[in-house]
Amino acid sequence: MTGDDVASLAREFLAAHDPGDRLEFLRARFDAGLAWVHFPEGLGGLGLPRELQLVVERELAGTPQLDTGVQGIGLGMAAPTILAFGTEEQKKRFLRPLWTGEEIWCQLFSEPGAGSDLATLATRAVRDGDEWVVDGQKVWTSGAHHARWAILVARTDPDVPKHRGLTYFVCDMHAPGVEVRPLRQITGEAEFNEVFLTGVRLGDDLRLGEIGDGWRVAQMTLMNERVAIGGAPVRRGGGMMGVVTETWRSRPELRTHDLHRRLLALWVESEVTRLAGARLREQLSAGQPGPEGSGMKLSFASINQALSGLDVELRGAEGLEYDDWSFRRSDSVDFFGRGPGYRYLRAKGNSIEGGTSEILRNIVAERVLGLPSEPRVDKDVPWKDLPR
Amino acid sequence: MTLLYTEVEEELRASVRDLLADRCGPDAVLKRIESDAPYDMDLWKTLAHQIGVAGLLVPEEYGGAGATAREVAVVLEELGRAVAPVPFLTSAVLATKALLEAGAEDLLRELASGDVTAALVVPLSASPYRPLPETVTAGEDGTLSGQVRAVAGADAADVLLVPVGPALYKVAAEHARVEVVPSLDLTRPIATVTFAGAPGEVLGDVDVRTVLSFGAGLLASEQLGVAEWCLDTTLAYIKERHQFARPIGSFQAIKHRMADLWLDVVRARAAARNAADLLAAPSAPASDLIAPSGAGGGAGADAELAAAVAAAWCSEVALHTAEESVQLHGGIGMTWEHPVHMYLKRAKASQIALGAPGAHHDAVAELADLPGPA
Repeated sequence: MTGDDVASLAREFLAAHDPGDRLEFLRARFDAGLAWVHFPEGLGGLGLPRELQLVVERELAGTPQLDTGVQGIGLGMAAPTILAFGTEEQKKRFLRPLWTGEEIWCQLFSEPGAGSDLATLATRAVRDGDEWVVDGQKVWTSGAHHARWAILVARTDPDVPKHRGLTYFVCDMHAPGVEVRPLRQITGEAEFNEVFLTGVRLGDDLRLGEIGDGWRVAQMTLMNERVAIGGAPVRRGGGMMGVVTETWRSRPELRTHDLHRRLLALWVESEVTRLAGARLREQLSAGQPGPEGSGMKLSFASINQALSGLDVELRGAEGLEYDDWSFRRSDSVDFFGRGPGYRYLRAKGNSIEGGTSEILRNIVAERVLGLPSEPRVDKDVPWKDLPR
Repeated sequence: MTLLYTEVEEELRASVRDLLADRCGPDAVLKRIESDAPYDMDLWKTLAHQIGVAGLLVPEEYGGAGATAREVAVVLEELGRAVAPVPFLTSAVLATKALLEAGAEDLLRELASGDVTAALVVPLSASPYRPLPETVTAGEDGTLSGQVRAVAGADAADVLLVPVGPALYKVAAEHARVEVVPSLDLTRPIATVTFAGAPGEVLGDVDVRTVLSFGAGLLASEQLGVAEWCLDTTLAYIKERHQFARPIGSFQAIKHRMADLWLDVVRARAAARNAADLLAAPSAPASDLIAPSGAGGGAGADAELAAAVAAAWCSEVALHTAEESVQLHGGIGMTWEHPVHMYLKRAKASQIALGAPGAHHDAVAELADLPGPA
């Protein structure tokens, strides 16, 4: 099927369906295979190359769209993992409401004692007949208060080395024993939560992948997370750079030579990073995926932090103000809708969330450059014997 | 438009790389820089005659390959990787671009054949964005007098191309005094060129800004090659070199630096490709040879911005990668015997060449509408 075929398919779909009813329109779009054309038929796709999705988006621009903020974890992380590791029933059950936004997803991975070293996590899942009983504490869980489902990694075997004793589940966020508490951030708001799991019972049909194979399944999720964070296309001078240059151009009284020098260096760095992203996407659509993706999030984090800091500094007295410290739940990150102080503080998370920049550098060094890992003391030791 | 390499470009790369592997290894280059003839003219003739690199930018009707900046960039990457002492940048890029601007068809034909080598007589440090210092004057009889310092490729040239005001003059090399001076960059030495009533011939008008900006945008690809060699060589070394009973490449303090360098080089590749791509289009048809392509507005401005971005980024990346390479090699990196010093010297000299990073940042300020304080 060519791009033209897909375009006419999308046009026929639009002619036959009323975009006025948002939910019905999205459901029908999923059923027509126009949700994500690279997914298989019957699961919202048509089994086509990923880049043809752009044709669909062009044709259906102006129709009801997904909320990529609230749905971000579902779309970017849960969906590709379910597609790769789920049973047919799981795919049928979860993907449609995930895509339409009827069911929101969150991620139960990190724990107070397991951050960069995720594989050391301690939340236990114990088999009880056809069910699993889950106990533990998860943290940094964005959107848990909206979520119907979560992707969860838990320890099912403490007697083997840490990577081998993990299993991946879909967690029912409405199940008894799931408690969500907001966690206030340096920005004042609570974008994420801590989640306490106490005797939560999950059916074995909510297990994703084999018992003990949770680490491999989680790798798929994490890989997609980093692509989602660093891989979004931007236009030249767009994104955070656009915010700064708009102020720069409209308020000449704020300019100094020192700020000018730094702004130009950052403009160049943003531009070459944008070009590297564009080149990466070209490689992907030409079927030559390169290792460059691992680096994009690193660049994005450092540029976003430098620019948001420059933005506050540039504004002088106005940079001393803060728009809103009130402790409230935020449904998604309103990065550009908030003030410069908020952006500066929120951007600090860019080098922590989804893999710290330190861990990403290790990944680049070991998987891309082939450098040896640090000597590991925890590789062959049963998890229960590790110092914690 | 693509930021990737085409099949044809990869084939060209492979033939240049094969030849250089055979004739221009680190030992050969080290030996060459200690000799009286720093440019390897035999290698240059082979590159020109066998692979046709001298005429890449020359249209086919003048005996050239009718290729574009994209192919030139690929050759520059390979020459940078080898710090090959050949006058490709000076003759086949800068001088050829000036001749294309001036519409000097006969000379283009000679350059394309590889039999004649030319050099543009400007300081290698000349910025595209400033008027050239007017150190050479033309007499009423068409003779030239004056001196230009820091000219690259002059001692390898048969023909010197001298911008005087808006005009481009041609002077046979034997009518000028070309004195090679001890140079920071041993693989691209510079010379002082002196004219004392040298007979010159006007070839046409030339917009030097266009020529230098084109050169700076393509020099970025050579710098990418320099950075790639430094990264690869350092990577191999830190996997081999053991201290504290471990390869030093297993220490995070070193791995993280390598990851950062790699990311810089990934972005340098994208920037250099983008500049080459925009400088390649629109390829001027032969009938337009006479028309100078101004810098103001439209595709020309886009190409100039892309060139400034690539020049600023790639020159810093090449230098930083070479500096890190010396450091991570430890003591051996400080020796004459190890080739990394030739890359450091090339990187430092080409940081200054055709506009230092600050000059390109100033150009970005102009071209991207980011004016400075009043």
